[in-house]
Amino acid sequence: MSWEVVIGLETHARLSTVSKMFSGAATAFGAAPNTQASAVDIALPGVLPVANRGAVERAIRFGLAVGGRIHDRSIFARKNYFYPDLPKGYQISQYEQPIVTGGTIRIGDGESEKQVRLTRAHLEEDAGKSLHEDFHGMSGIDLNRAGTPLLEIVTEPDLRSADEAVAYAKALHALVRWIGICDGNMQEGSFRCDANVSLRRPGEPLGTRCEIKNLNSFRFLERAIQYEIARQREILEDGGRIVQETRLYDPDRDQTRSMRSKEDAQDYRYFPDPDLLPLAVSASWIAEVAHDLPELPEARRARFVEQYGLTAYDAGVLIAAREISDYFDALARRLPQQAKLAANWIMGEVSARLNRDGLEFDRIPLSAERLAELLARVADGTLSGKMAREVFDAMWNGEGSAEQIIESRGLRQISDSHALEQLVAEVVAANPAQVAEYRSGREKAFNFLVGQCMKASRGKANPAQLSEILKEALAS
Amino acid sequence: MINASLTELAAALAGKKISSAELTGLFLERAQAANPRLNCFITLDPERTLAQARAADARLAAGKGAPLTGIPVAHKDIFCASGWLTTCGSRMLSNFVSPYDAHVIERFNAAGAVILGKTNMDEFAMGSSNENSYYGPVRNPWDAGAVPGGSSGGSAAAVAARLTPAATGTDTGGSIRQPAALCGVSGIKPTYGLVSRYGMIAYASSLDQGGPIARSAADLAVLLNAMVGFDARDSTSLERAPEDCTRALEHSLDGLRIGLPREFFGEGLSADVARAVDEAIASLRTLGCRVVEVSLPNTRLSIPAYYVLAPAEASSNLARYDGVRYGYRTAQYDDLLDMYMKSRAEGFGAEVRRRILMGTYVLSHGYYDAYYLQAQKIRRLIARDFAAAFERCDLIAGPTSPSVAFNLGARAQDPVQMYLSDIYTIGVNLAGLPGLSIPCGFGEGGRPVGLQLIGNYFGESRMLNAAHRYQQATDWHLRQPDGEARP
Repeated sequence: MSWEVVIGLETHARLSTVSKMFSGAATAFGAAPNTQASAVDIALPGVLPVANRGAVERAIRFGLAVGGRIHDRSIFARKNYFYPDLPKGYQISQYEQPIVTGGTIRIGDGESEKQVRLTRAHLEEDAGKSLHEDFHGMSGIDLNRAGTPLLEIVTEPDLRSADEAVAYAKALHALVRWIGICDGNMQEGSFRCDANVSLRRPGEPLGTRCEIKNLNSFRFLERAIQYEIARQREILEDGGRIVQETRLYDPDRDQTRSMRSKEDAQDYRYFPDPDLLPLAVSASWIAEVAHDLPELPEARRARFVEQYGLTAYDAGVLIAAREISDYFDALARRLPQQAKLAANWIMGEVSARLNRDGLEFDRIPLSAERLAELLARVADGTLSGKMAREVFDAMWNGEGSAEQIIESRGLRQISDSHALEQLVAEVVAANPAQVAEYRSGREKAFNFLVGQCMKASRGKANPAQLSEILKEALAS
Repeated sequence: MINASLTELAAALAGKKISSAELTGLFLERAQAANPRLNCFITLDPERTLAQARAADARLAAGKGAPLTGIPVAHKDIFCASGWLTTCGSRMLSNFVSPYDAHVIERFNAAGAVILGKTNMDEFAMGSSNENSYYGPVRNPWDAGAVPGGSSGGSAAAVAARLTPAATGTDTGGSIRQPAALCGVSGIKPTYGLVSRYGMIAYASSLDQGGPIARSAADLAVLLNAMVGFDARDSTSLERAPEDCTRALEHSLDGLRIGLPREFFGEGLSADVARAVDEAIASLRTLGCRVVEVSLPNTRLSIPAYYVLAPAEASSNLARYDGVRYGYRTAQYDDLLDMYMKSRAEGFGAEVRRRILMGTYVLSHGYYDAYYLQAQKIRRLIARDFAAAFERCDLIAGPTSPSVAFNLGARAQDPVQMYLSDIYTIGVNLAGLPGLSIPCGFGEGGRPVGLQLIGNYFGESRMLNAAHRYQQATDWHLRQPDGEARP
């Protein structure tokens, strides 16, 4: 009998504000320890938190983007526990009344398409960092990260495999970057997932779950869930029971291990933070944020299909990141009849070149305007595919515009039928033996003659046109 | 000079009759001389204080003086003041020199006032007798065997003993009004949100409010003008157009409706206090006030509600004192947990530990609904009681404290008895209303009695007006303890 896997994800997206959730200190990553910790972050006696409007605005943006409900009133609560990198002895979070509830994220394509339901998204502050190395039996505390704003995004238990979990995480990652609320830098911890995994027999109630904490790459997310599924299946099939607990994924050993069981779970003694008033979000504020919201991935995907005649698949690839789709949009707007060509170039040459150079799309050295000029020359037959790639290389290396490179390298394709007819006539006249062979039915001789024509044109003959003219000449 | 009003002092300073350095020096000497006996101050730093006085003199000489320029003011040791030891009456902060100024301190500094010193208090403002200070109890200037009240006991006693013209305090459940009453001085707790809590070390955030203690209502008005003001660093600070609290001082009281809550005059009120308060109400009547009876039926619930909510907030507010970043850390410990437990067990006194335990308990899973949420409901009922009362009157009057100052040690072993001494003041904090206390006579043992006036939200000017007119007609506020009369 098979098992059904049930997964829910909790994702912490660090919001891209300049200052912290409740203090004016900077949030930039990588500063010297404790240089970005203000009196509020250190939790000196007497200091008070003030909510960052920019962080709230980003939460609203997210709520709008996923079609969730943005609450006009939400509550900051204190989550109380002691830890050296938690300066106040409590974390300010949202508990019973979060700013956003509901909403969905779409994953997959066509038949495998699925709407993953979101439970909630709430604002909170990050903790600092404990450093256990280089302190000779002591621990160091760096409070630079303490108080940086996070949006915690929680799904319903809607995911059914590690693949789906990764697809969701990627879609969410693309979305938070798309709407500009999070830089998505996973190495720096700007986007981290906790996965709740359980198994059940299809149709039965949910099984006991384990939570795997702090997965900061898509690969770790996938591996950790796969390991956890296998671990739970083995226990269940041996007649055992799953113990509800929090587990950690160890990438070096590629396995999860127990961190703490539910029995050890702390009582966080949540209560509304008396230092902060209920967070009020007016309808006009929401309208303002909605007005400034960029076209969202789903809408854009539909438009690409509708406006440019792309396939759903191509459109799906192009909306993987906002920069890519912006680039395509700019390109396709200049070449409305050649949108498929533009899409192929972006998914082919452009992304291969970015890969090779280790560049992200936002660092592309070639503007859409410039690339459009090149593709126009492909479309009008001036350049063959091979020539176009040569010109593209030169443009990538900053050697000038398509026109300049075509001119300077003499790469203009010969598409003038008169010139081609003359060229063919010369080749036919010079190679009577091969012509005779072809006429006696040996097709291979044709390729030889094409080669001779190409050679004579120094590779510039328009291949399709050449082949047609040659066939005509040989037939006569 | 030690009995001059703030207005008179300002005039003397402006008229070059005295310099701030001389005035400040005079009070510093008195404070230093009295401190071994009364223990009003945790920190006196004459050098720092006199430097500020000289700066004030320069400002006065340049003609840039404001109403408080050059006038020494003592601050409760709950206010962070840059460069000053700021202990909150606790061993936990016995080594904490604040690197920043509270908003209240900024306001006084901007006005040119001089920080005379930091006054003694119950540890983390938890107490009604000032016996809970790590720095030892404060003595009541009227009777060294009596407590001064708390938690702003050092400030009230210092004003009563003429060791400072004025002082600041904070009031979470009566901590300005009760010591003012027990020491025979005037003190006001403003509407919640008027005085910024930034830099005022938190006890119970939703109840804490700073305010002044002085010798007269007129002086309170001058001080309040300096203390009140919007502060973006405190999310509960109210943004309102500045109001001159001295503006209405002289207004007539004709037709002013004074409400007497019947629950404030029943069982538990000492006869001597009742007598003095009755007389004060009779005086208000002769000044034109009309007296009506009102009811605050949930008054008896205010103490249990307070002792759920305040400890709940305190248990969280005091979690930051963990020995990690600043403050007291135990000398010997085995591991992190051991360090936390020893540092907090040794750094906090008994009453603070008791309230942290109570607060932790009421917030715990399974008890939150039964205690915390119930207490919040009572809090709303109490606010509603006041709202109903204020439909029938302009001000509420009654005793500040059920009895005059009790003897040192008399209630130290009985926390519930101690908690009951705040029965008339706590409701005001739960509702967020303004309340003041002014001297209105003497009771048993010649110890002072306080009259409490409670106003509606933002009713400070009207309360001060009534208090001022009362003080013009009486002289209780001018009386001073015998031992402290030396000029």
